[in-house]
Amino acid sequence: MARLIIGRRVASETPSSPDEKVVRLAPADDPASVADELATASRVEVSFPKFGDGRGFSIGRLLRERYDYRGELRAVGQITRDHLFFLESCGFDAFELREGEDASQALAAFSDFSESYQASATRPLPLFRRR
Amino acid sequence: MYLYDAVDQRLVDERVRQFRGQTERFLAGKLSEEEFRALRLRNGLYIQRYAPMLRIAIPYGLLSSQQLRKLAEIARKYDRAYGHFSTRQNLQLNWPRLEQVPDILAELASVQMHAIQTSGNSFRNTTTDHFAGVAADEIVDSFIWCEILRQWSTFHPEFSYLPRKFKIAVNGAKHDRAAVGVHDIGLHAVKDAGNNVGFKVLVGGGLGRTPIVGTVIRDFLPWPHLLTYLEAILRVYNRYGRRDNIHKARIKILVKERGLERLREEVEEEWLHLKHGPATLTHAEVERVAERFSRPQYESGTDHVFSSKTWSVPGFASWHKRNVHPHRVPGYSAVTLSLKKTGVPPGDVTSDQMNAIADLADRYSFGELRVSHEQNLILADVRQDRLPELWREARALGLATPNIGLLTNIISCPGGDFCALANAKSIPVAEAIQRRFDDLDYLFDIGELDLNISGCMNACGHHHVGHIGILGVDKNGEEWYQVQVGGNQGRNRSGGPGAALGKVLGPSFARAEVPDVIEKLIECYLEHRDSDVERFIDVVQRIGVQPFKEKVYGKADHRSPSRQRDAVLA
Repeated sequence: MARLIIGRRVASETPSSPDEKVVRLAPADDPASVADELATASRVEVSFPKFGDGRGFSIGRLLRERYDYRGELRAVGQITRDHLFFLESCGFDAFELREGEDASQALAAFSDFSESYQASATRPLPLFRRR
Repeated sequence: MYLYDAVDQRLVDERVRQFRGQTERFLAGKLSEEEFRALRLRNGLYIQRYAPMLRIAIPYGLLSSQQLRKLAEIARKYDRAYGHFSTRQNLQLNWPRLEQVPDILAELASVQMHAIQTSGNSFRNTTTDHFAGVAADEIVDSFIWCEILRQWSTFHPEFSYLPRKFKIAVNGAKHDRAAVGVHDIGLHAVKDAGNNVGFKVLVGGGLGRTPIVGTVIRDFLPWPHLLTYLEAILRVYNRYGRRDNIHKARIKILVKERGLERLREEVEEEWLHLKHGPATLTHAEVERVAERFSRPQYESGTDHVFSSKTWSVPGFASWHKRNVHPHRVPGYSAVTLSLKKTGVPPGDVTSDQMNAIADLADRYSFGELRVSHEQNLILADVRQDRLPELWREARALGLATPNIGLLTNIISCPGGDFCALANAKSIPVAEAIQRRFDDLDYLFDIGELDLNISGCMNACGHHHVGHIGILGVDKNGEEWYQVQVGGNQGRNRSGGPGAALGKVLGPSFARAEVPDVIEKLIECYLEHRDSDVERFIDVVQRIGVQPFKEKVYGKADHRSPSRQRDAVLA
């Protein structure tokens, strides 16, 4: 069962290559601490060790909005389909679902909501500026 | 009422679909109990002592007659034909079936209602003054700001998995009727020297296990920056709030552990990046929201007076004194329908009553009503010449108990009769006190007094801010009641005390003793007050807790808690 989604498509995990440079952030880490590494990173992985731990959402937005990171931003850990919509809104574009989750079934969750009130990584203007 | 546009409606509909899917996955065994818990709580669904409990959102307490009729219908169709209005201005159903909850949510969506974020570790219903829009001392109409906050806080992608629940209150008037001091964030509308509207921002207040009155983090926040500034506070809280211990996870603990100064610096630092960003509010948006609110078409210029003979009809004058409130439009009044009749659990209404109240709202108050955090219903726009008529109808429905602001207007959580968290029952205690103080003359003589009861330290009954607060505690499996005095929910009269937390009197009491204790507290108050203008809370503030303590426990307070208990049990 495939568990990886990249850019809203089911993806297969490619074996890591020696040139690959993955920057990993845990919930308590400060994105500022890796700011210098972002330009050369192959991807950034933010971990969500628990279903309800939402610190990574802030990390995602900070990486995209403050540190202007444009590469792959992957959420890893206890990721279920129920997180996908918000994760994508916060700038994540790759998702490694937890054991037992089916990536192809989870894709539907990206369209759980067709709109959001707030400004976010996917919708730089809040709804009230587009209404 | 704020009327949904197509997007508001679509989001609520999409939520129903999402939750239906989550419920199906849970029932099919694809979601664990724990995971479904985190999801169902976001839709207000608890698993309670005997059955699930569904908490339906009533944003800032504002409700249309059509919505109330729908609630009556839902309560009849899916529950036991009654509901409970809570201190967060929401409605709770005590007996729905889990598998039917998606259907209930779909019915709610048909009248622009939902149960979004009425529980769980996310933003909760923003609450406000139940006299918003009609109060004479109004600075801004807080409903507009509450709706702006409702939209901003609904499905916020970054802040949907906070360390703990998060409650915001807005007060738009000079007097605080929204208890802003006991919220995670309290917003108090103010005007600066140039007459510009802004907010005084309080942070870190709250009741529960660690009751704290919030502190001012910013004296004046110009309104365009409201959302960016709150976003800065929330980001600091989301990143640094404690997640290792549920009892230390509220923002009040972060404020306490970091200190206000450090937190303020961190928020300001964060705000530098967000300030003037796209979330900065515009005149156009504030006007758009304001215009989507339906407004009463007041009839000015007419002579809205009732016959002076009505004053002599027994019961009318006392009802008018307690349950009729001033209105900014001449000829109109706001009226409280009391849900605090003796023998009825505080805040409970039956489906029949809901339908009847909806009819009253249609005929007397432009089809709208409000839920107060004191668990009563308000008809905010009643023409004064129609007050006698309304009074007769309300009385026939059992909704005209003249006790608003008085001792028997008890705030109470559902307590151990329903709630799985409770240590003790609340409703029978409320009833016993109401029965003890059933003499209306005596009740009026005692004057203004807030008496609040919680069945456990989670403080849903706001016991800390009652002038008299009662807390149910568990001692070796037995129900006991701790009594405190001196709490206050906010500065609700000129020169009166601001928000304050009560002080525990001493060892707790058995349930049967509670009415006697309250009686002694009242006697002590009556002995010490300098006139009947001086309220119970004013006397506590003036003379302190000690005289009350002595009155209750006797002068030499040498009885240990265990001896006290033995005496009680003997």
